[in-house]
Amino acid sequence: MTYRVHVRVMPRTGLLDPQGQAVEHALTALGFEEAGSVRVGRAIELDVDAGSRDEAEARARQMCDKLLANPVTEDYLLKVEDE
Amino acid sequence: MPRVAVVRFPGSNCDFDTLRAVEQYGGEAYFVWHRDTDLNRADIVILPGGFSYGDYLRAGAIARFSPIMQAVQRHAAEGGPLLGVCNGFQILCEAHLLPGALLRNAGLTFVSKPVDVTVEQVDTAFTCDYEPGARLRLPVAHGEGRYIASPDTLRMLEAEGRVVLRYVAATERSPFQPNPNGSTNHIAGICNAAGNIVGIMPHPERAIDRLLGMTGGAGFFTSPISSYEDSSNPRVSTNEAG
Repeated sequence: MTYRVHVRVMPRTGLLDPQGQAVEHALTALGFEEAGSVRVGRAIELDVDAGSRDEAEARARQMCDKLLANPVTEDYLLKVEDE
Repeated sequence: MPRVAVVRFPGSNCDFDTLRAVEQYGGEAYFVWHRDTDLNRADIVILPGGFSYGDYLRAGAIARFSPIMQAVQRHAAEGGPLLGVCNGFQILCEAHLLPGALLRNAGLTFVSKPVDVTVEQVDTAFTCDYEPGARLRLPVAHGEGRYIASPDTLRMLEAEGRVVLRYVAATERSPFQPNPNGSTNHIAGICNAAGNIVGIMPHPERAIDRLLGMTGGAGFFTSPISSYEDSSNPRVSTNEAG
């Protein structure tokens, strides 16, 4: 069974996010003054062959811990979908 | 003459400068490719600057899984001198050979200019030829040099004297000047507890020739080479810093 895994990697809350700040400034400059607390992260999608949804999620979590996210600076969210 | 391996990753671009710097100060320098699994009897290992794997995902994140990195980790675990410069520092952090991480510069731009740093720790394999507190002018060239670590790790690094280089104190008027990237505590370089692993953002290999305007980087090459020449045992003793 193939599962589609969506990973959302975000800079850890509380860490300076200069990209988010720059995007926020640009939005304000464009007149979107209602925008605030902008943060910029990264989205990764991948197929995972696994025997079950739980197994797919467990493997994806290992991939995040080992490579896809930096545990010092980033947090991640996983979503697993049936293909 | 110590054998000095300069590890090349796809995207390394300070490899020739580093090779030349080692040769200038009497080391037997040679390249090792990232797909190699053996350091070819290296006494000293240097991970040079560049953009390994295009900095994809995070700077250094993919290079750390290169086949050669297992040999690099063994070399370091045995106490062998290991220096990471710029992208090499990023790789050492991603490989957990040094704590913390290097993030996008606070000013968001790639910064390429000379900076002033002080040598805060001379009890390391790569700074023992410097005077404590020596002030050096070295070039930086990076987009991701903002050093950060957890509060506990920072306290440990400061308490154990493991900040090797620090950008000269900022002024009130310009908090990121001369700190070029907004790094925590103005950190420009750190070492492990034993002092045999050192990671720095500035480029000493670009500061070894009067013709280029700066010579302050020489100590990073003379230190491990003279330590090797002085001792029949090339390995750095593992005396705890601080």
